[in-house]
Amino acid sequence: MSAVLQKSAKAEKGALKGAIRIEDVVKIYDPEGAAVMAVDHCSLDIPAGEICMIVGPSGCGKTTLLNAIAGFHSISSGKIFLDDELLCGPEKPMAQPGSDRIVVFQNGALFPWKSNLDNVAFGPLMQGKLGKKEIYDKARSMMADAGLSGTEHNFPGEVSSGLRRRVEIVRALMNEPKVLLFDEPYRALDSLTKSVMHEALLEIYYKNKVTIFFITHDLEEAIFLGHRLVIMSSRPCKPKKIIDVDIPHPRDYSVLTSTRYRQLMDETIELVHEEAKKAFSAGEKEG
Amino acid sequence: MNAKRLRKALFNRSKLRAVIAIFVFLVLWEIGSRSKEWFGFAVPWIGHVPAPTAVVVAWYGLLGDPGYWQSWYMSTLRVLAGFFAAMVVGIPLGLFMAVNRTFNGLVFPSFEILRPIPPLAWVPASIIFWPSQELSIAFVTFLGAFFTIVINVLGGAKSIDPRYFQSAQSMGSSQWDVFRRVVLPATLPSIVVGSAVGMGITWEVVVAAEMISGGGGSGGSGGGLGFFIWNSYVGGSYEQIVVGMISIGIAGFISSELLRKLGSYLTPWLRKR
Repeated sequence: MSAVLQKSAKAEKGALKGAIRIEDVVKIYDPEGAAVMAVDHCSLDIPAGEICMIVGPSGCGKTTLLNAIAGFHSISSGKIFLDDELLCGPEKPMAQPGSDRIVVFQNGALFPWKSNLDNVAFGPLMQGKLGKKEIYDKARSMMADAGLSGTEHNFPGEVSSGLRRRVEIVRALMNEPKVLLFDEPYRALDSLTKSVMHEALLEIYYKNKVTIFFITHDLEEAIFLGHRLVIMSSRPCKPKKIIDVDIPHPRDYSVLTSTRYRQLMDETIELVHEEAKKAFSAGEKEG
Repeated sequence: MNAKRLRKALFNRSKLRAVIAIFVFLVLWEIGSRSKEWFGFAVPWIGHVPAPTAVVVAWYGLLGDPGYWQSWYMSTLRVLAGFFAAMVVGIPLGLFMAVNRTFNGLVFPSFEILRPIPPLAWVPASIIFWPSQELSIAFVTFLGAFFTIVINVLGGAKSIDPRYFQSAQSMGSSQWDVFRRVVLPATLPSIVVGSAVGMGITWEVVVAAEMISGGGGSGGSGGGLGFFIWNSYVGGSYEQIVVGMISIGIAGFISSELLRKLGSYLTPWLRKR
């Protein structure tokens, strides 16, 4: 009996893809010159399907880590694995960018010259895995699911910034990624729009279980969305404390008024504030 | 209903203002030019310029003159030849300079030394280089648009947000895809701006080149609008000088307007709805 259960649990685990393992990663910018250490011996295990919130002050080197996973920047030493496959390591300091890891950028990177629908269809068209008609059918239905019907033929510049972010997430999901990498995507939004976006993101997540690596410096956002919070120290970036958010999913905005949420907020705010002060006195720039 | 809409389109406030502005300008000009006849003293400067009514009369006389239309035709042809040559050479050159650092390093320094030379300074050299007058005028016209187009394309392509490249790459675009689907559309607005500015310069340059070179090999009526003006000056027909000047103004306006329309058609995402 227990053997069967174990087996099924294993199969369940095997179905989810997108586990990230970061092993002892170091990133030094300009090693010959100024030698600025951005990431300092950082190790982190993110199981498949988890929403992992990376919290830290501005400019602490969180984005450097994200860029290393995405394959936009090299690392100086250490290894990063995706589902036990080496992305980058000593032999190969820079990962190959791929459709299994899609970044949702801080200010959005939808192509302004393409309609929302063409933006959403872009990835699959590039990869050429499906026929054109299937791709557009899928794009339309995914946009409809995300409440984007009626904006298909608008350009991104013609819709509100909240809708634009949603289009971007749909565009990312069209690639069927294992991992979504969010780089403070809601930073520029006002707090009311933000709260709508958070619920929308969770809704999309419950339909498409992917691993989410989410960078933020907004604690409220971090606790509301995440399974786990990784509090980063200010530059060089290193996990300072990992906090489990034991509020069960699915969540909605009533979470914000719960006592557990308040407790978690109290626990973390001190830690984060300390790092923010350090970063402030070190005079780090935004980044 | 339709007539009402038509009337609205024709007689809205801003159009009315434009018409009034032009009318007042013409009336003041008329009064100034006729000041000696009417008041006994010539207003400085404007008193020596032919009056608009005189210009219109001269213009009316020219409408049936094939030589006048031939001038239009020749100048337009030279502008188009120079302009399209500048686009054909300038756009790929600018793009290639933007994407290839080595090429840019090799070409940019000489480009930057040649760029500040006014196109008109090239006229004598160009007459020596090229076998015919026609080619030298076209070449000078080409230079007028060329540098502007290249510098705009280069600037536009270089300032593309790197996130566009990164996300295109992540989604599986090949290098060719990135060029075709990111670099080209992202540079298009700068290409449009460069072309519009370049077009303006070609009209400035073609007229001056025609004046200096005596209007190409065919001379006389084949000389283009620049030569038409110069010829009117030599012949003492001041009304015709003004006719030539206004003709160039109209030609420049029409070409910029066409380019603006084309540009807005090509970059629909920049249109305000």
